[in-house]
Amino acid sequence: MSPTDQTTGKAAPAHTAPPARALPGHGEAHRHVLVAIVLNKPGVLNRVASLMRARNFNIETLAVSHTDQPEVSRMTITLRGDDVAVEQAAKQLYRLIDVLKVQDVTGDPIVEHEIALIKVRANERNRGEVLTIAEMHKAKVVDLAAESLIVEATGTEAEVDALIALLRGFGIKELVRSGTVVMSRGAGSIEEAVKR
Amino acid sequence: MGTKDDDAGRSPRASAAGSGGAVSAAGTRVGVASTAVGIQRINHMPGAGSARAEAINAGRHEMLTDTLRKQILSLAERGVKRPRIGADAVCEALLTQGVDVFFGFPGGVLLPLYDVLGDYPELRHILVRHEQGAAHAADGYARACGRVGVCLGTSGPGATNLVTGIGNAMLDSVPMVAITGNVVSSLLGKDAFQEIDITGITLPCTKHNYLVSDPNDIPRVFAEAFHIARTGRPGPVHIDVTKDALMGACTAEHPTTLDLPGFKPKFEGHFRQIKLAAEEIARAERPVILAGHGVLISDATEELRELAEKAQIPVVHTLLGIGAIDERHPLSLGFVGMHGWKHANKVIQSADLLIALGMRFDDRVTGHVPTFAPYARIIHVDIDPAEIGKNVAVEIPIVGDIKRVLMALLPQIQSVAPEQRAAYLGQIAEWRAESEKTPWHGSGAWRNGQLSADFVVGAIGEASGHDATIVADVGQNQMWTARYAGFRRPNSHISSGGLGTMGYGLPAAMGAAVGRPDKETWAIVGDGGLQMTAQELMTLVQDNIPVKVALLDNRKLGMIRQWQELVYSGNYHSSNLLGPDWLKLAEAYGVAGFRASTPEEVEIAIAAARAVNGPALVHFEIAEQQNVFPMMPSGKGLSDLLEEQFEEPKQ
Repeated sequence: MSPTDQTTGKAAPAHTAPPARALPGHGEAHRHVLVAIVLNKPGVLNRVASLMRARNFNIETLAVSHTDQPEVSRMTITLRGDDVAVEQAAKQLYRLIDVLKVQDVTGDPIVEHEIALIKVRANERNRGEVLTIAEMHKAKVVDLAAESLIVEATGTEAEVDALIALLRGFGIKELVRSGTVVMSRGAGSIEEAVKR
Repeated sequence: MGTKDDDAGRSPRASAAGSGGAVSAAGTRVGVASTAVGIQRINHMPGAGSARAEAINAGRHEMLTDTLRKQILSLAERGVKRPRIGADAVCEALLTQGVDVFFGFPGGVLLPLYDVLGDYPELRHILVRHEQGAAHAADGYARACGRVGVCLGTSGPGATNLVTGIGNAMLDSVPMVAITGNVVSSLLGKDAFQEIDITGITLPCTKHNYLVSDPNDIPRVFAEAFHIARTGRPGPVHIDVTKDALMGACTAEHPTTLDLPGFKPKFEGHFRQIKLAAEEIARAERPVILAGHGVLISDATEELRELAEKAQIPVVHTLLGIGAIDERHPLSLGFVGMHGWKHANKVIQSADLLIALGMRFDDRVTGHVPTFAPYARIIHVDIDPAEIGKNVAVEIPIVGDIKRVLMALLPQIQSVAPEQRAAYLGQIAEWRAESEKTPWHGSGAWRNGQLSADFVVGAIGEASGHDATIVADVGQNQMWTARYAGFRRPNSHISSGGLGTMGYGLPAAMGAAVGRPDKETWAIVGDGGLQMTAQELMTLVQDNIPVKVALLDNRKLGMIRQWQELVYSGNYHSSNLLGPDWLKLAEAYGVAGFRASTPEEVEIAIAAARAVNGPALVHFEIAEQQNVFPMMPSGKGLSDLLEEQFEEPKQ
């Protein structure tokens, strides 16, 4: 049915009749990094985590810490979703009374880091190989034992992923990652707007 | 109709039995309870023109502290010789926020509060029969009069019983403060008697919640809670207070300023977006306004009417938008969505511009989103930025308070003469005439002379002069009420839209009657919903709250049965419902009861119930198999409405 025959008989304006109205959140999913500045109160982490779960957003990493202001904490959240869905997640976070600011820094100039501790199987025969791989990734060995060593790696999520992939062949006994933390480059500050 | 003294002119309760007898003679089986309750009806509308009334009114949208705070008597001034404790701070905080009535149920940890309530006679506590009733009553109260509703429950089961009502208020954006007690703070986390992590439970279904374990936090937390509940997009705020916080000495004063850096709702719409909206409206040939609950919440019904009239834009509304425009207005087309009017849905589906005001594109409104309003560009005005683009992608979002946005928009709108839209409005009138043709409506009989529910609902609307507050329950009764009762006054229609809470009708009507004692109040409920919260009939009697309950009894879970008939090929599992002898039940509670089973008895029974000075119940024995049409099957769009296969009523 066309708009013409069921209403005024006039021709439909040029902008009418799109094939189907787009459903929000059904676009291509990308990795996004959100920074949330929140009040440093009991239960705030629970509110954020509960909201993300309830609204069906899957958090990939979440790092929380104090800031230079004692009453303010900072969360770095990475998640996958299309731009509209992640914008929706940010807006839902804003609804929390204890959330002061949410910024999607995905496309912004930022320094992005996480730290990983990787316990790798290594004996006297292949230790040298492991050390070379670690060195080439600017990672440090922070513990050494007869059958294993611990590599401490820092870098972006992708860099740490790459190192882990290489070490996997030796046998990873244990792995822990801090989750991504980010900071904007230059003089600007994400926390500026919430300085109290 | 509609004045405070109205009931004085009607028969007093004692003579209701007499008029009942007369009705009986006219052929209606009528049972009238003879219990006489000697309680005077208390009028909780603050005297118009008084400083307190004005302060309460001013406090509807922003924090009020000073005027009311200064009026609160100290314990010494009350002649009470004991130290001020946390429970006193709770009572003072309620008075500071303009609360004069609240709904609750006591329990072990709340006893310190109930112990001091007697020292605050300005606070009326209504003792409900179940905490769910308290939450719904606070909800109905808030919707009827626009003030924050307050409910109270004890720790553990008392608190969990409130949750349904809190969730209901959350989804329908109703300002509410729910207070619960909790065990003493040293027992928190120890699985103490009646301990539950209620703040953990209410976290996802409140706008914000608090756990208070220091009596000196009570004044600040209550001030923040009321401010958050009523400011911006309203919603429920839950405060959990430990028993030691209620009992401990409190020296803190009630604050006059608040520090909520993370709560700054935006009221003014962006001027550039408003300008864009005005341009879109000027260009549109088939514009339509879709008004939601936000129009009522922000008190923008006048502005809505002005916009509609100035630009000759027809207005449709959501279920909760009923009352945003007088249904008699020539541009008002009625409600849209799953059971909306066919012509109203058609207007949405053919519009080239949809102006959505204070609504959130619920799936019951849009149906299948890809086919929703396929030719329309959408202007979406809402105070909650998270609603923009949540369910439907829109072209022109405006974040702000509806009233203020419309006030900024109106001067930029070009006047349109009705003749300029003659073809468009003429087409709508044709659609409307078509969809309002319902063969049973008006005659009163559905098939084989069985009583038609829509006729009953229409008769109630008419008898009450379309001015009563009508509270629906959930299910078929709710849809019939929305379609046929005829609403003219803002906030005269109250319904559980988002959560769809069966059992909402009676307790919410109780709250609505307390909030607007100057208006007649009807609860239109089904036999399924009433059996969920029927115990509140006793509250109506004890507190003499004159709610008239219209029970549409089809001895079925009607909406379930309807879906089973239409979607599940007649597999009627668990939709047959036994009910009690309703007149005996009413009598047992001391509520005047009447019955109507034929169209002729309807008017008489309604009149008899209205003549009662106090609560009354009318048992309408309606057709068992009547369905609500049209109906949009789930997963389908607004253009795919199922309609009744008409069968001519037998003569």
